Amino acid sequence: MSEKVLMKGNEAIAEAALRAGCRHYFGYPITPQTELTAYMAKRLPKLEGGVFLQAESEISAINMVYGVAGTGKRVMTSSSSPGISLKQEGISYIAGADLPAVIVNVQRGGPGLGGIQPSQSDYFQATKGGGHGDYHLIVLTPSSVQEMADLTHLAFDLADKYRCPAMLLADGTMGQMMEPVALPEETNCKVEKPWAVTGTEMKREHNIINSLYLSPEVLEKTNFERFERYAKIEKNEVRYESYMMDDAEYCIVAFGIAARVAKNAISAMRKEGFKVGLIRPITIWPFPKKAIREAADKVKGFVSVELSMGQMIEDVKLAEECLRPVLLCNRAGGMIPSVDQIISVTKELVEGGRK
Amino acid sequence: MAIVFEKPKSLTSKELHYCPGCPHGIIHRLVAEAIDNLGIEGKTVGVAPVGCAVMAYDYFSCDMVEAAHGRAPAVATGIKRALPENVVFTYQGDGDLASIGMAETVHAATRNENITIIFVNNAIYGMTGGQMAPTSLPGQVTQTSPYGRDVKVAGYPIRVCEMLSALDAPYYIERVAANNVKNVLRAKKAIEKAFRNQIEGKGFSLIEVVSACPTNWGMTPQKALEWVEDKMIPYYPLGVFKDKEANA
Repeated sequence: MSEKVLMKGNEAIAEAALRAGCRHYFGYPITPQTELTAYMAKRLPKLEGGVFLQAESEISAINMVYGVAGTGKRVMTSSSSPGISLKQEGISYIAGADLPAVIVNVQRGGPGLGGIQPSQSDYFQATKGGGHGDYHLIVLTPSSVQEMADLTHLAFDLADKYRCPAMLLADGTMGQMMEPVALPEETNCKVEKPWAVTGTEMKREHNIINSLYLSPEVLEKTNFERFERYAKIEKNEVRYESYMMDDAEYCIVAFGIAARVAKNAISAMRKEGFKVGLIRPITIWPFPKKAIREAADKVKGFVSVELSMGQMIEDVKLAEECLRPVLLCNRAGGMIPSVDQIISVTKELVEGGRK
Repeated sequence: MAIVFEKPKSLTSKELHYCPGCPHGIIHRLVAEAIDNLGIEGKTVGVAPVGCAVMAYDYFSCDMVEAAHGRAPAVATGIKRALPENVVFTYQGDGDLASIGMAETVHAATRNENITIIFVNNAIYGMTGGQMAPTSLPGQVTQTSPYGRDVKVAGYPIRVCEMLSALDAPYYIERVAANNVKNVLRAKKAIEKAFRNQIEGKGFSLIEVVSACPTNWGMTPQKALEWVEDKMIPYYPLGVFKDKEANA
């Protein structure tokens, strides 16, 4: 590990992408992720083979990503919620053509133009598809600037390994905050990409990057095959942090900035004698279903802490199979739940359990 | 015996799905002949549109990418930036290029993106069964302009070559037609030039090919070609609209 440097979250993502061998970036300005675009604009033209392009729209940016991904080279785009909505068409095509690419969403409050303060209200969009058709993204959720860097690196590797787009789902706080970070080592793609369009050189049959299959039998087969890959991802790539869960009687589920506030609430409640722990999903697709289900056998209930009107709570309820009560502790529109609010909702759960 | 005529090498043996009398087959051939003549099949990547030519990826024997509707110039930009030594072309229709993909078209042009665009204008959406296109003529009857294109409601057709020529950046813009032997030969020359420009690093070249759609125009192939001559070409005059080489 290299020496730690103080960096903004958005810049840590950009630097980690460069260190993962990404030399192609296409973006469009939008708050609160613009530092990432600006960082790439500064660095990429100075690197060999580096391509930075400010696209005419988020739609064009994601289609430029589709073009580069088809050539097999590592490529990234980033945006914030309204811009990510615009990218959904392209993301669906990238998923449908089985191409690796990394998409960063530094979320802000919505719907519509919403606001520019942090949010987690794109959880459904990120984990349940987002664009049209049956597909998933691998969705990674950083909870520190260090993880902004580490998970960006990981996103490139997972996208290449499974030939699917991966999303880094951060939020405005993560993007804007500064923390010391040990930047990852320089690497690059480790998998062969014989499917890439690089010119046949008259040495092979032509490669076709495509998501059109007019025969329903064939289209169904491509869906089945893709979901076999998704099953492998669900088996191999679930990541989460288990915090003070060994003796926990109550389990908070939270990711990103919400998980950091939750940890403070847990410390305070532990001092009062309440045995509270945290499961922090790092991948929200695949969701740590097994960890939640196993916790359900030990704890008396769950609190889902979110910066949304309650989206992840649906996955928590599905995972714990209605064995325990699940309460929602949330703020929306760019507001962040406070330590006191989390303590208060968790105590409601405790009271409910005692009745 | 000497072979005097054969299929271009850059076309596959796949049977074309186009309607009888559709000039897409001719225009595919012109593109393939240009690729053959320049000896660039092995380093060419083509981008297919959404529309009648959606399955062009099966017909050209170079590497191919199928783009979303209208996005081909953005996709081609990505490919060309990643593979600057390769040759990248898009093949798009009027709905794809001049309606849903107008932003992508204009911005690729204004970046002087070093790609070649083959733009087939037949004044109608063919694949979906004959709806009004951005290039449908005033008064033209289509499925979505059943009383004729009313310019007060639907606006006027867009002359893409004229519009793009107003930009400083693009290198070469020409309009040709595929309705008779003379025009086809001229189209062949223009398309080859558009590819040569790219190989020489000159930048953005767009060739608009005024074409016909006998099926959705409700005409015989012969009548449709006459309609190109009598109605389309007067509205879409043929010629070179921008050639920085000539101006240099």
